[in-house]
Amino acid sequence: MSSPHSAAGTSARQSAPAVQVADLHKTFGELEVLKGVSLTAKTGDVVAIIGGSGSGKSTMLRCINMLELPTRGAISIKGETIDMQPDGRGGLRPSNTRQLQRIRTRLAMVFQSFNLWQHMTVLGNIIEAPVHVMGVPRDEAIARAEKLLERVGLSDKRDVYPAFLSGGQQQRAAIARALAVEPEVMLFDEPTSALDPELVGEVLAVIADLAREGRTMLLVTHEMKFAREVANHVVFLAGGVIEEEGPPDIIYSAPKSERLQKFLATVQ
Amino acid sequence: MLDWITGFAAWELLALEPPGWGGVLLRGLAVSLQVAVGGYILGFLIGICGATGKLYGGPILRDVLDVYTTLVRAVPELVLILLLYYAGTDALNRFMALIGAEPMNISGLAAGIFVIGVVQGAYQTEVLRGAFMAVPFGQIEAARAYGMSSLQVLRRITLPGMLPHAVPGLANLWLIATKDTALLAVVGVAELTLVTRQAGGTTKSYFLFFFAAGVLYLTVTLVSNVAIRRIERHARRGMPAVR
Repeated sequence: MSSPHSAAGTSARQSAPAVQVADLHKTFGELEVLKGVSLTAKTGDVVAIIGGSGSGKSTMLRCINMLELPTRGAISIKGETIDMQPDGRGGLRPSNTRQLQRIRTRLAMVFQSFNLWQHMTVLGNIIEAPVHVMGVPRDEAIARAEKLLERVGLSDKRDVYPAFLSGGQQQRAAIARALAVEPEVMLFDEPTSALDPELVGEVLAVIADLAREGRTMLLVTHEMKFAREVANHVVFLAGGVIEEEGPPDIIYSAPKSERLQKFLATVQ
Repeated sequence: MLDWITGFAAWELLALEPPGWGGVLLRGLAVSLQVAVGGYILGFLIGICGATGKLYGGPILRDVLDVYTTLVRAVPELVLILLLYYAGTDALNRFMALIGAEPMNISGLAAGIFVIGVVQGAYQTEVLRGAFMAVPFGQIEAARAYGMSSLQVLRRITLPGMLPHAVPGLANLWLIATKDTALLAVVGVAELTLVTRQAGGTTKSYFLFFFAAGVLYLTVTLVSNVAIRRIERHARRGMPAVR
């Protein structure tokens, strides 16, 4: 799934794929949301995951960091498979809490509804995981956080509480929080879906900037034009399976499956 | 008016040194505050455990906690105090006899703290349960996604996150705790109300002493209010003001 503009230089360094999803199944009660999804993202890949509502794209992303526990299947990050065991009710659960916590610090998730910690300032949110989970010295974490705030254009909001920010500012703060753990993979779960239309642009600009510097990203999005611009691989989920995948130019201009053609016709 | 007030009372009876009763009253207040603080802290510990048990515990634990909060909140506090104090010390001494130990002499102070703690625990369980539920789940999810352990999530996110929702209810319960201590007079704990009655009975200046006790209780409330306002302002620091 490489493409001409993937960061070939960085991916050559490590042979194991950044993210490998193998035969992922997820059932909620009677409803089978994922019916065997497999996906590989190499280091430096920007993978856009598109699909209609209820197609399982958010569920798949949330299974990667175990916010949703898969019913079947395996997740590997940089070649390390997350240890799972049967939960006794027909599903799986992580069997090694420490390993899961360690792997989670290498993944950073940006949520649809930001999920900033409301009782901490913007700076507090950014340094929380580095200081309290990864053990980075506080002053070092603050120095890094200030650089990140500058990068997302929020230097003047350093000591402000999230509730006093606009949605776009909150999401940019959440992206800074994600960058602060120096993640190997960034997971974006519909990062602009909760934003007013006029605020979408500022967040997409930050994400596009990250894509250009060769970060490995998995991006669930409804922004088709944006996905086409930043992704080097597009995955179309429908009915819990990958219906079609490929480079954005082919997916968007020459879709093969009928469902993808219909989907693109309705969203564009 | 002032003449009337200054005229009716023998103010020297409030002097700190005998024959004045001022010192006795203040010692009574100290006992009341010890019971209130001790009972409140015990109640808070019970409340945290009760709330987490009710929210995350198994069906049996939840039922047990339901019975506890329902019973304690249904029975008048005076009855509970009499029940827990007499039945509690009796049960403890029977137990001590059973294991062949010397019967224990329970101090009124310790028993008072226990009783107020059990009563407070039931109410605080419900206040804290509501506050826990008010923390948006997304914030807990984010904490997990960034690798926090369950204990870290509780300490760094859930507890501080629920505080603004818990402070008004907990502040109410603190004020109630300070006044519930007066009920312990019936079991002979030398707290403010009991010593006030003694002072009044001895000197026949009932009005003076109960007025003085009232002023002391009021002072406790006023000082508490200042502290509560500060705590609330701190807890709500991340929330926009509601006008």
